[in-house]
Amino acid sequence: MKQLTIKPEKCIGCRTCELVCSFGHFEKFNPKMANVTVFEYDAEAVAVPVMCLQCEEPSCLSVCPVKAISRDEHGAVVINYNKCIGCRMCLNACPLGNITYHPEARRVFKCDLCGGDPKCAKYCPGHAIVFEDTDTLPDKRKLVGERYRDVLVKEA
Amino acid sequence: MKNGYIGKILRVDLKTGSIKTEPLNQKSASDYVGARGLGTKYFCDECDPKVDPLSPENKLIIMTGPLTGTAATSSGRYNAVAKSPLTGTIGAANSGGHFGPELKYAGYDGIIFENASEKPVYLYINDSQVELRDASHLWGKDVYETTDLLNEECGETFRIACVSAAAEEGNLFAGIMNDKHRAAGRGGIGTVMGSKKLKAIAVKGTGSVEVARPQPFFHECISAREKLAAHPVTGAGLSAYGTMILVNIVNGVGGLPVNNGSAGSLFDTADSISGEELAAKHLLKNKGCFGCSIGCGRVAEIKEGAFKSRGEGPEYEAGWSFGADCGIDDLGAVCNANFLCNQYGIDPITMGATIACAMELYEKGYLPEEDIGFPLRFGDAAAMVKACELTCKMEGFGKILGLGSYRMAEKYGHPELSMSVKKQEMPAYDGRAIQGIGLEYATSNRGGCHVRGYMISPEVLGIPMQMDPLVTKDKPATLKLFQDLTALCDATGICLFTTFGIGLPEIAGMYREAVGSDESDAEILLKGERIWNLEKRFNIAAGVEKDTLPPRLLREKLPNGPAEGQVNELHTMLAEYYAARGWDAEGVPTEAKMQELGMASDRL
Repeated sequence: MKQLTIKPEKCIGCRTCELVCSFGHFEKFNPKMANVTVFEYDAEAVAVPVMCLQCEEPSCLSVCPVKAISRDEHGAVVINYNKCIGCRMCLNACPLGNITYHPEARRVFKCDLCGGDPKCAKYCPGHAIVFEDTDTLPDKRKLVGERYRDVLVKEA
Repeated sequence: MKNGYIGKILRVDLKTGSIKTEPLNQKSASDYVGARGLGTKYFCDECDPKVDPLSPENKLIIMTGPLTGTAATSSGRYNAVAKSPLTGTIGAANSGGHFGPELKYAGYDGIIFENASEKPVYLYINDSQVELRDASHLWGKDVYETTDLLNEECGETFRIACVSAAAEEGNLFAGIMNDKHRAAGRGGIGTVMGSKKLKAIAVKGTGSVEVARPQPFFHECISAREKLAAHPVTGAGLSAYGTMILVNIVNGVGGLPVNNGSAGSLFDTADSISGEELAAKHLLKNKGCFGCSIGCGRVAEIKEGAFKSRGEGPEYEAGWSFGADCGIDDLGAVCNANFLCNQYGIDPITMGATIACAMELYEKGYLPEEDIGFPLRFGDAAAMVKACELTCKMEGFGKILGLGSYRMAEKYGHPELSMSVKKQEMPAYDGRAIQGIGLEYATSNRGGCHVRGYMISPEVLGIPMQMDPLVTKDKPATLKLFQDLTALCDATGICLFTTFGIGLPEIAGMYREAVGSDESDAEILLKGERIWNLEKRFNIAAGVEKDTLPPRLLREKLPNGPAEGQVNELHTMLAEYYAARGWDAEGVPTEAKMQELGMASDRL
């Protein structure tokens, strides 16, 4: 199953993800209506894009009184607006702040993986957001392996 | 509104404290697009060209463009417009970062500041809540301190644009700094803001920017982004090495001025102040402005030694001004001086070039050591950084350096040694080795400047076509086209650097879909020409001196390098340029041209 992964070391802080996300969902450019937010830490020279992690046991899904939240075939936890009554309990229940309400939208919204083709990943110029298969993602582990290899070769 | 604009302007009278919103002038917006163009149009409609730039009567206009804050590539730009205290020309300075888009999200295309406050104030904008607030506690603080204090006071998500103590104390080349490290840098636009006792603007917005034809617009934006990603300059060079990648390239054509241009324009140790060197030794991170797919920004650190420092940049121009122009090949010193300029909000091009001019005055015996307080020779990195710091703080000889090179050199009896046009320092390309850029400097509407046409693109980089830098043929007509196109690009609210990879069809395409226009590319380019002519007419009405270059570029032959023996052939290009512009022999826009551009009935 693919999911969104982030590589903060590649994020240049341009917030293109916020723009394409708000446009994809509302046809408007408004970072406050995006399901992703980039946090920039000037002193540490780090930028981190943050979005819904599509939890295995989503609090938003559990708390919804009308069962408007479910998981779709792409693994995204999605809101069915035909059922949603706009009570915002999900917004309060999410421990990670990944459900938003905005007066222009007049509804809660969250990352829905754009139906399997998330725009934030598609248009990220630095490839800091990637939509990838995490069951076959040994990249970081591989680095550990290579580190052992290098040290052992050097010491041999 | 659903046409890229918000449709509202904030008008702030700093004397009475009155704050009003008014509808955007749609006719002006349509004719002059936005940002640099629209800001200038408002300014020319409302201000006397003879106004003293540092008097309360000079207005300061902050203006975004219709593409600012959209998915258009590199859409983080705004322009600050006022009459420039450095040049006396129309002053329009452009900056990226995140401030401009945030202003639109707060619900305003721009802000017009009138008059001056008696006490230091800052403008607080939280969507529709707009207040002038006391800034006494911020007065005298540098850019970083001011930004941090305002983020504590207003909230960390506010975007801050501010000036530093240098602007408050009348340094003539202070800029407006936003998001700490981004500068509306040239011409002393920050000095105007300081003279109004306006310390900062803090803005936060939750609203949206909407366009006329959303899906076609988005398609245009993505297509432009794909072109930028595929282009070697915008997709690889600038991203990997920043603008400093130009150091070795420009030095390669013998166009990197050394020692205030007195030692030619071939710097033997150019590689030690290059983007490659910066990336290899001092780079912490690449950084992009809002919505930018290029990401030319650098976060760099000099970790040890006398020049231990950290900040953003340097850009190519500052790399040259503090480097080759001062005869210095110590990248640590160059970075240190550049970071100081950011922290204290002054223009590093004018700063470095003014120090270089002081070095030449000193070495030739025109500038006594007791005035400076220490020896100031070409190649002395520590003295260069010290001179820069004094100017940042407006202490000692820094007060003289803070006048810019022309007024300083004039004070010491040798204005010809100021490498400036209309009293603004020329940037990092020698007009003797690169003919078109010389013509560009001479005719720029804001004095010595490289981003009012950027002839380096065809003459050095071969984009969109290769022109021989040493010949004058076809340069005037090409420059005219580039000037109009850069004016258009600036006015839309996207970054000029995009034009390495995209051109008129892409910019016009995004503009059309955003504003909902069916104008042709040519009709849209005409708006750029209109902006250029408006600026020129303002300058003529203001009594700005004629278009020329420093005598060094016209008479002193380059002593070395690929352009050895060359001077700038301005006299052969200028008449042809005026003709290409449809102006008279004196460079005055004709009545016929004004008719053609629909400007005949305008006040200017």
